[in-house]
Amino acid sequence: MSEGVTKKFMYLNRKAPYGTIYALESLEVVLIGAAFEQEVNLVFIDDGVYQLKGNQNTSVNSGIGVKDFSKTYRALEDYDIDKLYVDKDSMTARGLTEGDFIVPVQVMDSAQLAELMQQQDVILSF
Amino acid sequence: MLHTVNKSPFERVSLDSCLRFAKPKDAILLYEDGVYGALAGTRFESTMTEALKKFRIYVMVPDVEARGMKVDRVMAGIQPVDYAGFVGLVEENCPVQAWL
Repeated sequence: MSEGVTKKFMYLNRKAPYGTIYALESLEVVLIGAAFEQEVNLVFIDDGVYQLKGNQNTSVNSGIGVKDFSKTYRALEDYDIDKLYVDKDSMTARGLTEGDFIVPVQVMDSAQLAELMQQQDVILSF
Repeated sequence: MLHTVNKSPFERVSLDSCLRFAKPKDAILLYEDGVYGALAGTRFESTMTEALKKFRIYVMVPDVEARGMKVDRVMAGIQPVDYAGFVGLVEENCPVQAWL
């Protein structure tokens, strides 16, 4: 990336958090990318909406014994990443509401998200 | 833009989600296990017939043949491509979303 060029990056997340490594890897790349001061959008579709569920308990004593990385989503605004979009159909199909999420998000319908995708320079798929 | 689907529609919702978010005139490439969604005579044939009215749809021939089928099993209207064709689609249709 050359200095001074700002591109639109979308991180499109479609996997639940602990069954595969995708969600954690996405978050790692988001944090690395944040250092480059690009325009960043995070989108959560399909099982990706489960990544944002609050009250995740993964501790060694009472859980599966892995790092609960969901708290990292709360730190994103410190990196000026505040555009988090959740697909409404994916959310409602899973019985979730906005109140379930660990951070504030914008809930959008598929037409709005489809339009947002078209506007990107780069889409990173997870 | 270009959408790629590399999972079987019988196992994952990748193809369904792709079709939900693609916009008219977008290109869709089915490759790896995604090619099962391109075949005639499956449960997804009517879905793909409708999709062909809105989107340009392509299928990766080496992945079809690797799975024991010839291109004549691919639905009419879905265009066969090879690896060079894949590269061409990426060049001409940025950005790319991979429905993994």
